[in-house]
Amino acid sequence: MREMTVLIWVEHDNAAVKDATLATVTAATQLGEVVALVAGQGCGAVAAAAANIAGVSRVLLAEDEAYAHGLADNVAPLIAGLMADYDAFVAPATTSGKNIAPRVAALLDVMQVSEILSVEGPRTFTRPIYAGNVIATVESRDPKLVLTVRTTAFAKAAPTGGSTTVETIAGPGDAGLSSFVGAQIASSERPELTSAKVVVSGGRALKDAATFEAVILPLADKLGAGVGASRAAVDAGYVPNDYQVGQTGKIVAPEVYIAVGISGAIQHLAGMKDSKTIIAINKDEDAPIFQIADIGLVADLFEAVPDLTAKL
Amino acid sequence: MKILVPVKRVIDYNAKPRLKPDGSGVDLSNVKMSLNPFDEIAVEEAVRLKEKGVAAEVIVLSVGPAKAVEVLRTALAMGADRAIHVQSDEAVEPLAVAKILKAVAGEEQPGLIILGKQAIDDDCNQTGQMLAGLMGRPQGTFASQVVVDGDSVLVTREIDGGLETVKLALPAIVTTDLRLNEPRYASLPNIMKAKSKPLATRTPADLGVDVTPRLATVKVAEPPVRGAGIKVADADALAAKLKDMGVA
Ligand SMILES: Cc1cc2nc3c(=O)[nH]c(=O)nc-3n(C[C@H](O)[C@H](O)[C@H](O)COP(=O)(O)OP(=O)(O)OC[C@H]3O[C@@H](n4cnc5c(N)ncnc54)[C@H](O)[C@@H]3O)c2cc1C
Ligand SMILES: Nc1ncnc2c1ncn2[C@@H]1O[C@H](COP(=O)(O)O)[C@@H](O)[C@H]1O
Repeated sequence: MREMTVLIWVEHDNAAVKDATLATVTAATQLGEVVALVAGQGCGAVAAAAANIAGVSRVLLAEDEAYAHGLADNVAPLIAGLMADYDAFVAPATTSGKNIAPRVAALLDVMQVSEILSVEGPRTFTRPIYAGNVIATVESRDPKLVLTVRTTAFAKAAPTGGSTTVETIAGPGDAGLSSFVGAQIASSERPELTSAKVVVSGGRALKDAATFEAVILPLADKLGAGVGASRAAVDAGYVPNDYQVGQTGKIVAPEVYIAVGISGAIQHLAGMKDSKTIIAINKDEDAPIFQIADIGLVADLFEAVPDLTAKL
Repeated sequence: MKILVPVKRVIDYNAKPRLKPDGSGVDLSNVKMSLNPFDEIAVEEAVRLKEKGVAAEVIVLSVGPAKAVEVLRTALAMGADRAIHVQSDEAVEPLAVAKILKAVAGEEQPGLIILGKQAIDDDCNQTGQMLAGLMGRPQGTFASQVVVDGDSVLVTREIDGGLETVKLALPAIVTTDLRLNEPRYASLPNIMKAKSKPLATRTPADLGVDVTPRLATVKVAEPPVRGAGIKVADADALAAKLKDMGVA
């Protein structure tokens, strides 16, 4: 079989390459030669960093105000326009990858394969369906592939060790359909939820924002952990939306995941059950979370968590 | 303006899917089916925009087998005005659904199309973005707030780092996230009223759309099961475990 040439979407904030890109590179190298697209504005440093990622054979840099915020309306035509030279487009299954890739697929008249877990053959992939209760093996019959990658399912490519050149390209620019108004991006000293080695998540049992903060954060601080939450905790306003772990939130697979006052609904498990060690603290010994927990503590969290924090 | 809301009949979020013994797919006989939760949120948003006087008519559309009519009736009971059932006994992939929606949008000329961000059966999270691409219209995905303002719409989006607001020229495509609203329960009188609201039946063929799948399912399987672990007696014992693991 001829090796494919694969175009990947580099996820970044115009300053640094995001970790999700590294898993995407690993998945893409299983298909063929990897060319990385850096689209943004004032993102030369990102392109330089992308050129160092092991496994990347070329970097394309498209700078334009229209690409600064990754608007799919502007970025998808840029990517679709490049695809004549590639056999596959691969993006991480992050909110930006999920926003852009299907639009690219539509422009190419291709059915996307979402959130692949593995590459089984040149056109065959596994992916989770039904909140990860079922793993489907699917084969694409389209002439080109458009894939998003579940980043926890692939090892991260080494961020250094490669050395390729950056080629500047021009794209179609502003499609005139939409504009960026603003963003509320929380900055935190904490490790990012999706790349943290340890994650402490809180559920509905945490009562309110102040209690969540008083109980969960000291434990997370002791462990140098990222902080997550169940949908119920987010809906109730204890923490912002980007803390949600689950089928329709973030997918995490840390070394240690500690679920505090979370019942273990399938939608929550879908986002964390590939963690190496799962620890659950819940006062209900029949809570479903205990069916998948490696270590369970049946206790009132308002006593157990401060106690645990003090002992560490 | 009109609002078009595509809705899918899916396995209820509380039900556990069973595999067919031959591993060829998921057995949906005798499983509770419901309106996809994200689509419920989409219907609610459209109905609220109508109640605010922003929209004149809410049209719901479902692609699926005869039973898809059930979720259309649910949406009508929530306050949608009329329904379109695009009959297909085979599962239709997001790309083909998007083509069907584009064809219907060509006839109906909606100012807004509000979809769910994700169907909780295939977990594809594609259809809205594909539709926007096919139509060459702007997209506001994963919306937690939608504000129509003259000939544009401000969409606040739930993204990995927090929230982002974009301004889209109408007509536009929006997909819903969980925090957009809390869908209402249909009242009994409204459920009765829904039975007499107009429901048109179409087919992919009469809309000129080829729904031949592009992806073949080779097989389906259960994920590896995690065995139950151990219980520890107290916080002391748990602290010791964490220290053993080298994380504390
Ligand atoms: C379309 C859709 C998508 C969804 N997506 C997600 C998702 O991505 N992520 C997600 O998490 N959920 C998601 N959900 C919601 C999911 O179904 C559950 O409702 C949610 O996960 C429940 O959150 P919880 O465990 O915090 O709350 P609950 O289920 O209410 O559980 C609270 C737990 O706390 C325990 N508890 C109470 N007090 C104490 C105490 N003092 N000490 C110790 N334990 C205590 C209780 O025993 C209970 O087990 C989704 C639902 C739908 C319909
Ligand atoms: N068969 C269908 N009929 C109507 N709407 C659909 C159908 N499939 C998908 N959709 C819409 O597209 C959204 C995203 O679905 P998906 O891309 O499959 O995750 C859903 O929430 C629906 O709004």
